[in-house]
Amino acid sequence: MSTVQYLFAGFGGQGILFSGKFLAYKGLMDGKNVSWLPSYGPEMRGGTASCSVIVSDTPVGSPIVSRPDVLIAMNLPSLDKYEDAVVPGGTIYVDSTLIERKVKRTDVKVVYIPATRLASDNKTPTLANMIIMGKVLSEEGQFADEAGVEAALKKVISAKRADMLEVNMNVMRLGHEYKA
Amino acid sequence: MADKVLMKGNEAIAEAAILAGCRHYFGYPITPQTEIAAYMAKRMPKIGGTFLQAESEIAAINMVYGVSATGKRVMTSSSSPGISLKGEGISYLAGADLPALVVNVQRGGPGLGGIQPSQSDYFQATKGGAHGDFHMLVLAPASVQEMAELTVKGFDLADKYRMTAMILADGTMGQMMEPVSLDFAAGEPVEKPWAVTGTKMARPHNIVNSLFLKPEALEKTNFERFERYERIKETEVMYEEYMMEDAEICVVAFGIASRVSKNAINEARAQGIKVGLIRPITLWPFPEKAIAKAAEKCKKFISVELSMGQMIEDVRLAVNGKAPVTLCNRTGGMIPAPEQVLAAITDAAK
Repeated sequence: MSTVQYLFAGFGGQGILFSGKFLAYKGLMDGKNVSWLPSYGPEMRGGTASCSVIVSDTPVGSPIVSRPDVLIAMNLPSLDKYEDAVVPGGTIYVDSTLIERKVKRTDVKVVYIPATRLASDNKTPTLANMIIMGKVLSEEGQFADEAGVEAALKKVISAKRADMLEVNMNVMRLGHEYKA
Repeated sequence: MADKVLMKGNEAIAEAAILAGCRHYFGYPITPQTEIAAYMAKRMPKIGGTFLQAESEIAAINMVYGVSATGKRVMTSSSSPGISLKGEGISYLAGADLPALVVNVQRGGPGLGGIQPSQSDYFQATKGGAHGDFHMLVLAPASVQEMAELTVKGFDLADKYRMTAMILADGTMGQMMEPVSLDFAAGEPVEKPWAVTGTKMARPHNIVNSLFLKPEALEKTNFERFERYERIKETEVMYEEYMMEDAEICVVAFGIASRVSKNAINEARAQGIKVGLIRPITLWPFPEKAIAKAAEKCKKFISVELSMGQMIEDVRLAVNGKAPVTLCNRTGGMIPAPEQVLAAITDAAK
């Protein structure tokens, strides 16, 4: 019996909601209970965006994640805002291209990955979110089932953009294979 | 699980309405319910239905009135300030005994307020919502699955009792995604011999009207309507009980507040506190008998709300002085954290 509460946070336009939706679908297809809740203030490209995802063996109560087990921070304001909220023993993923400082907490696991630089080197500058996602799945042992990852990806990429399926799989592999 | 899809609550309402046979949607955009209109704009033209973005909320509700008079299933949706604008039309629907589905995905108020989730339209929804002697059936979903199921149920009840059914959701319910199965029975069609469909010179005219200048006639329509309400109170109440078997403290909460409360109740149970939840699914008719029954054994009641305390008045009426009823709330677009509800429960347990 387990419940994992994820908080994705970054700039509007970084694909925060998209990667959250992908992870929720992955959970659904693994037979888990899931919820996905976006922040929906007057968001815009460049503003702050966040998204709560819960993946659980038991029915999801409140869909609001205020104490995340896993924080995916894609910019400095997000790390500043949510670092203290992460539960002790939780994990923080940091896009180290955009966040120059280190995590201050000493009671959490921290994974630094220069996702924005990796994305730009790969000529897919808009997919830093999915590079981090690949790393998250990798750390959680979820990348072992690559077919399952691809099946969940198919759910969030519309048929019209089928060409993006392989591109997303490839960048997730980049995240999966990245070693600090 | 394979047949489940992830959908936003707003989208689930829209798709369920189509499943229920609704082919006419009139609305005007407002956060946090705009996905309903967006979904209808995409889907309705493909299935021979009507999607119309009206020039205002008032225009939209009057288009609902017109279509309903012809016997077709019809809906509109909005959020708090927009619902206030629709009030006049909702009252006219009641006066003319016309069925309709109105969705309110609530945001903080009063006034233009904010755009974050709220439950502060409880009074407006359950006590009538506009001028005159009438009620709406008020359904309060607490999951995306219920957003879909109660939409279908709302159309069925609206037709059965010739009145407006309101889905009273909030911004969280509208915006969140959860797995949904849309594999459920669509609503049964109901005969509508009163509908304005053309007489073909074969029957007398049907008249749909909310103007009764003779007070004796108007009084009669109100008496008849309230007899119907009594039948609804006897037969259509819906609620969920959670861990109530041995509960000494009873939390009452609906919608998103009930989900936060469940987290807190699980935590309190782990600490050995005997606490349970009554979750009204119909807010009107209110599950007053279930709460009165709980008041025979529970020592304390806590009403958890995203408002300054509106449902608490109905909880107190049902408890009828047998136990104290306290409020645990946030308002203005804020949502109580499970820790706040837990603190209210541990306080009550002292």
